[in-house]
Amino acid sequence: MSDTQRPGGSSDLLEPDEEARPEDAIAAGGPGGVIAEGAIAATAAVEGGASVYQASLWGDAWRQLRRKPLFIISSVLLLLFTVVAIAPGLFTNQDPTFQDLSKTVQAPQAGHPFGYDILGRDYFARVLYGTRVSLVIGLLVVAIDVVVAIVLGSIAGYYGRFWDALIARIADIWFALPTVLAGIVFLNVMGERGLLQVAFVLIFLGWPTLMRLMRSSVLSGRESDYVQAAKALGASDWRIMRVHILPNGIAPVIVYATISVGIIISAEAALSFLGVGLELPAISWGLMISDAQNRILTSPHLLFFPGAALSLLVLCFIILGDALRDALDPRLR
Amino acid sequence: MGRYIARRLLQAIPVFFGATFIVFAMVYAIPGDPIRALNGERPISDSAMQQLHERYNLDDPLLVQYGKYIWGIVHGDFGKTFRGYPVIDIMKEKFPVTFRLALGAFVFEGIVGLFAGILAGLKRGSFMDNLLLISTMFIAAIPVFVLGFLAQIMLGIQFRIFPIAGIYNGWISYVLPSIVLGSLSLVYIARLTRTSLVENMRSDYIRTAEAKGLPRSRVVGRHALRNSLIPVVTYLGVDLGTLMVGAIITEGIFNIPGVGREIFLAIRGQEGAVVVGIVTAGIMIFIVMNLFVDLLYAVLDPRIRYE
Repeated sequence: MSDTQRPGGSSDLLEPDEEARPEDAIAAGGPGGVIAEGAIAATAAVEGGASVYQASLWGDAWRQLRRKPLFIISSVLLLLFTVVAIAPGLFTNQDPTFQDLSKTVQAPQAGHPFGYDILGRDYFARVLYGTRVSLVIGLLVVAIDVVVAIVLGSIAGYYGRFWDALIARIADIWFALPTVLAGIVFLNVMGERGLLQVAFVLIFLGWPTLMRLMRSSVLSGRESDYVQAAKALGASDWRIMRVHILPNGIAPVIVYATISVGIIISAEAALSFLGVGLELPAISWGLMISDAQNRILTSPHLLFFPGAALSLLVLCFIILGDALRDALDPRLR
Repeated sequence: MGRYIARRLLQAIPVFFGATFIVFAMVYAIPGDPIRALNGERPISDSAMQQLHERYNLDDPLLVQYGKYIWGIVHGDFGKTFRGYPVIDIMKEKFPVTFRLALGAFVFEGIVGLFAGILAGLKRGSFMDNLLLISTMFIAAIPVFVLGFLAQIMLGIQFRIFPIAGIYNGWISYVLPSIVLGSLSLVYIARLTRTSLVENMRSDYIRTAEAKGLPRSRVVGRHALRNSLIPVVTYLGVDLGTLMVGAIITEGIFNIPGVGREIFLAIRGQEGAVVVGIVTAGIMIFIVMNLFVDLLYAVLDPRIRYE
């Protein structure tokens, strides 16, 4: 029985419906409904699967995912992006900082598939080298925000009362901050803006949604029978959270975190595009698009290639998150 | 109901002060003396310096400055720019422009998103459904500034359907920017409508309605849609608030003189009063819209108890 997992009432995670408004969900009888559905799923699992094999949530999800072409394509692409980010030199022998002004904004040509930028630098090399900051910022920001979300969400959900009220009110304040505006204001205060500064601001602004997801997961997990049983057996809070609540409640957080990587990558590019993100001589797709904006008619390749690379990388994370959600939520099958 | 409203109002107060204080502190934490920065390389006399510091309360501790600022807002005074122009006048000029843009985006995403979501949700797994899921993924993946330039190149320059910049061609100049601004929310609304409808179409009361022999249009229109649209309507409400403050990039690309562009210019020009004024007004709009949506939600969905 303890192997039957419950996905913490996650519906379509791209949409901030119930998850974004936990109070309303609770007022509408949310946790009760979730528990009821969990119980049904549990019975179904016992009837249908117990005699055949013991399916864990993740094992089950993996079997689902392996059969999805979109999941496989996006995983392979992401792997490719990662290799490019680690070693862009494997794919081009051009130096992304070498300038040849006689070749300014030349169109794509043999040997230089993306053409040249305004300073006559090889654009293919620049787009390849630009992968690194996008991927590093996306992964770094989300990784830290997930840790923050797990810690705060667990405290709020498990201990309830004072801690819950305190953390929920702080999150409310953060939700009222307009993200793009606040990002611009904060980054403007920073003297020098490198990768760490941009990442810091995005981490600072990004944690509340993940925290609320974690909190509602923990909240529904706390009431379950196996947690009550563990408590009756005298397990410590730490053990209950580590062994019972976290593994069962982490699924919606992982799904949203995957999509968030794409959102954060897009946000970094937007801030760099606006001139408050990374600064030259950093190689970033947002900066390249910003440079291209006055030449979109005469040299559309300057906009197209970094724009396409950026969209493709974000798309990979969205598809991955979508596929993960479908695989992790038994109710959608 | 009265107690519910009162509780929501009380909860909004610390959120307002918290959020505005964070922004206030950040803007006025900019290192360096703003008066000296304003004056550039020229020398400034101590008495003039003193006077300017007093006018902008620059010598008070941060909390006192913030308190004086909020006191001013209560009296309709959002401060003055360094040239002595009242910030409230700038906002009166710029907010209507942004409001028209946000309204355009709102109408676009509402109509198209609902329509697509209903078409997909009624036949789960159909061609329309898969088309919606895949196309929304693509729209969500393209960053708004790339989408904006693409729209400019394709619809504005290649086919010359819409003007690509400014607001001086009447309502038609808002069409392209509204579509670009509303595209991301369109994804949310279409998917939210779809999920909500799919879930409701499986419920017992729909089976009952069908068993009674009601025509399909009535089953969908009277029974399924009414319940399915509750989360969508609330999302639309919150989004109108978000669109009002989130149009910086769109306004920049399409050269629309609204609050987004104003705030961007103000940050560049170190006009702290304008930045804080507009962000404070934005936070107020956002909080009021959220409050409105919470109340609307309670009215639309009787399952919510007014505790």
